[in-house]
Amino acid sequence: MQARLVAKDIACRRGERLLFRGFSLAADPGGAVHVTGANGIGKSSLLRILAGLLRPFTGTVEREGALGLVDERLVLDTNLPLARALAFWEDIDGCRDPGRALEVLQLGPLMDVPVRYLSTGQKKRATLARLINRNCPIWLLDEPLNGLDSQAQKAFEALIALHCQGGGIAVVASHQPIALPAPQTLDLAEYAA
Amino acid sequence: MIGVLLRRDLGLLLPGGRGGGGVLPLLFFLAVAMLYPFAVGPDAQLLARTGGGVIWVAALLAAILPLEKLVAGDLEAGVFDQLHLRGVSEELAMAVRLLAHWLAFAPLLLLATLPAAALLGLTAETTRTVLLGLLAGTPGLAAVGLAVAALTATLRGGAALAGLMVIPLAVPILIFGAGALARPDPGALLLAGAISLGLCALAPFAAGAAIRASREG
Repeated sequence: MQARLVAKDIACRRGERLLFRGFSLAADPGGAVHVTGANGIGKSSLLRILAGLLRPFTGTVEREGALGLVDERLVLDTNLPLARALAFWEDIDGCRDPGRALEVLQLGPLMDVPVRYLSTGQKKRATLARLINRNCPIWLLDEPLNGLDSQAQKAFEALIALHCQGGGIAVVASHQPIALPAPQTLDLAEYAA
Repeated sequence: MIGVLLRRDLGLLLPGGRGGGGVLPLLFFLAVAMLYPFAVGPDAQLLARTGGGVIWVAALLAAILPLEKLVAGDLEAGVFDQLHLRGVSEELAMAVRLLAHWLAFAPLLLLATLPAAALLGLTAETTRTVLLGLLAGTPGLAAVGLAVAALTATLRGGAALAGLMVIPLAVPILIFGAGALARPDPGALLLAGAISLGLCALAPFAAGAAIRASREG
């Protein structure tokens, strides 16, 4: 099955405030989308709408293919060593080869460290490892470069390129520049209500 | 999938587990049984007559203590969001958590009932009725607790509110479960069990709806 992500005429309301309206997006296999815009303009809400976690005020989202979301939350049990915290999601996702992600993101030496002792960048790398182990065609990334050092940023940009080459879709919401393969850049400010 | 979820939930909720404080409800339960004779005096007959009811009230209040960490932590951490993306419905996650919650708290409470009954000087017959009643009633207490914990998870001071909300909802279980002590009649126990099972069937749906609603907030 080919992965596909199409959003039509999305409007998002949070509380009494209309954040944006008329936003459309279409991503085919191999497509990368960079959603830009200032803080608070609704990038995170947009990703949650695309993920199906939030109902859009108007508009529709069509998804084909499994979907992985990385946002500012860690979603790993902070009291457990990293290996066991990641193992829970590997078991849920039925991941057979967790080693590759750990190698690319250089998490190997940290596997015995309780998650709460990891630095900001290390935690971010751990959440990205969870995403890669999920082995899903659609990636939704909310500020994925936050907290990463320049080396890890490059490594992750290369991972996104590889993912898109393999027919995956990546939607990245970020206020900072990120190297994506032939990205479609959408400025959310143009749709602000 | 269910096994993986249950293992994590038990790791979180069991005494000595990562959630911490798993033994606290038990100590609280035993403390009430210990304090009651100090408060009403060493009248063995009075203690034996009222002790069963005291154990029930202590069990109900002890069931409130673990609610704070039951849902709120994972909700805030985004665990249910990530499970939703993986096709695990909120109802399934809550049903598994209900089972884990009951396993983490009821068997130990039943065990602790034995020393508590000894402290209050209950007869073997009364102790048996209390144990059967608690066996029938604790699944319902766990179900009410889960639903209320999910409803109040996003509120500030939700834990205190959860305690207040559980008490009226648990009254039917208390009336029939503890009522069996007054009449030598299995009907009351069966009714307590029936209420309990009904609540267990409803709670995952109520709790799941509460979690979905919290996303829109």
